[in-house]
Amino acid sequence: MEAHATEHGHGAPKGITRWLTTTNHKDIGTMYLWFAAAMFLFAGLMAMAIRAELFEPGMQIMSPDYFNQLTTLHGLIMVFGAIMPAMAGFANWQIPMMIGAPDMAFPRMNNWSFWILPAAAILLVLSMVLPGGAVATGWTLYPPLYMQGGISYDLTIFAVHILGASSIMASLNIITTILNMRAPGMTLMKMPLFVWTWLITAFLLIAVMPVLAGAVTMLLTDRNFGTHFFDAAGGGDPVLFQHVFWFFGHPEVYILILPAFGIVSQIIPTFSRKPLFGYASMVYATASIAILSFFVWAHHMFTVGMPAVGQLYFMYATMLIAVPTGVKVFNWVATMWKGSLTFETPMLFAVGFVSMFTIGGFTGLVLAMAPIDIQMQDTYYVVAHFHYVLVSGALFAIFAGVYYWLPKWTGHMYNETLGKWHFWLSMISFNVLFFPQHFLGMAGMPRRIPDYALQFAEFNQISSIGGFVFGASQILMLIVIVQCIRGGKKAEAVVWEDAKGLEWTVPSPPPYHTFETAPEVK
Amino acid sequence: MTAAVSRANSVLLRRLLLVSLGMFGFGFALVPLYDVLCDVTGLNRGDVQALAKNTQVDYSRVVGVEMVASVPDSLPVRLIAPNKALQAHPGELVQTEYEVENLSDRVLVTQAIPSYSPQLAAKYFKKIECFCFREQVLQPHEKRKLPVMFVLDKETPKDLTWLALSYTMFESPKAAR
Repeated sequence: MEAHATEHGHGAPKGITRWLTTTNHKDIGTMYLWFAAAMFLFAGLMAMAIRAELFEPGMQIMSPDYFNQLTTLHGLIMVFGAIMPAMAGFANWQIPMMIGAPDMAFPRMNNWSFWILPAAAILLVLSMVLPGGAVATGWTLYPPLYMQGGISYDLTIFAVHILGASSIMASLNIITTILNMRAPGMTLMKMPLFVWTWLITAFLLIAVMPVLAGAVTMLLTDRNFGTHFFDAAGGGDPVLFQHVFWFFGHPEVYILILPAFGIVSQIIPTFSRKPLFGYASMVYATASIAILSFFVWAHHMFTVGMPAVGQLYFMYATMLIAVPTGVKVFNWVATMWKGSLTFETPMLFAVGFVSMFTIGGFTGLVLAMAPIDIQMQDTYYVVAHFHYVLVSGALFAIFAGVYYWLPKWTGHMYNETLGKWHFWLSMISFNVLFFPQHFLGMAGMPRRIPDYALQFAEFNQISSIGGFVFGASQILMLIVIVQCIRGGKKAEAVVWEDAKGLEWTVPSPPPYHTFETAPEVK
Repeated sequence: MTAAVSRANSVLLRRLLLVSLGMFGFGFALVPLYDVLCDVTGLNRGDVQALAKNTQVDYSRVVGVEMVASVPDSLPVRLIAPNKALQAHPGELVQTEYEVENLSDRVLVTQAIPSYSPQLAAKYFKKIECFCFREQVLQPHEKRKLPVMFVLDKETPKDLTWLALSYTMFESPKAAR
């Protein structure tokens, strides 16, 4: 295959225009990651305010309506502004380097899919200061409540459209890159697992993001143009929104977690010094999780008035997902089994991921049971469940990935001591923060309320203290990253002993353009 | 990128775009699909109680219930059943009432005792709510309605087509005279 220089020169252009006009996958990956970090801290501050209000019963620092706005924006921004862009950042940096491609398939579209993200973020943030405040419906945007809000509700719909367009463009790019631009010899079943999980995630995204766009478009026309999709007065049905939303929403949770599976599947073999156990079964398990995710959505709405047959079907189908997920967990454990393990920060976060995500998976199984879910729905048990899979799941995997590839990206080793502090502080405070919420939920404390009955005071106080420590620990990570970018011990090409994969064959930091001549994969 | 690769990329891009456009349409197609599903299953279609409806009622037969009441001469109380008889399907929840009146100038504490004819009907006559479950305190010359709720067991024998429900009201032995 003929080697061909890309349209840019060989080095990085200087100044702000470099970042505005760049079509380089590494630059775009970096921007995605910084954007995610900024949004993570912003929505994290909201979480701190939420925990401060919940520190004691009664109303202390904010109005109930403002509290609801914070929980809504915290959810929306963490899902669409932090986790998804972070995963897209990893995809941009790593996928071309892992499959031996010179760049993404459509570099200009790549630039565009990043640069519309800040616009969506501005709309969401702006909605906080508009009359009536931001959206206060919870991140699920359910009508009929959604019909009653002010201008910020329309802005949020527009923001969701933009976020969706960004994700779809990124996915089109990722699928095309993976399917068409692999180095010779890199067959599908030789691809690193991170590439596989992103390929499947990208397919999920192009399948369900348009459905969400449709759902919010219907909200928009119901609000402004006199349609009655969800308005009972005009013959519509609010429950329809829940069906459409969760048809998107359930695959969405796998969109958040599958790339995390991929990252962890790269890290655990490296620090176990063994190849990944059951590679093929990992690929099939990922694909089955993705396919199953389309057929289980109504387990989010067991209480809307479904026939018992429907509840049984969604209950059993949901439990079925535990099978491929179990295959993955067992494979990670089997990879570590009798490996020569070392526990650098990425490995600590990866092992933390496996154990904590498993707890989140189990509480998910509990909630999958319709009779139990009818008791537990909309309580703090659900809050604890999805934070175990999203924070100690997706977010810990992102941390693991950042520590794992940071030396490759910057050319410097990060501060291992601080990294370990970050891990242990996060791990312990995370459990102090979210474990008591299981008890609160089982005792009947509802979610999305700013005040609560007196008997919940102790556990909420413990939870809040954990929350403040967890929030503060993340500043440590920021320090580690900034230090690492500025300098530090020089990183070698193969950063971690005997790490496998094409990204370790290029120097650290990699040159601006890598693999302009495709490598040969044996 | 060679020309061949970039051509292949554009072809794939167009196909994937079609998929996402199709899924956008699918989101809207869910609206009529939802309606069809509701029509087929009968969910959300006017009769919101469809699910709650008791499917255990045996509509194929009825049992006549005659209601009678008696009071010993010593007790100055009038107890009557305004509806002398009614018809009930086995499994059906039935509500009816008796009427009581204290004819004296003093407070009476009374207790009603049910009995059935034929006696075996007692086995199938399930009272959910009955004034006979507790003592009734009647103020001087008080007149009051007393509710009875019952279900006839679905297992009620087919040859039992009529039964009589009878209450006898006594002055409670615990009552102060």
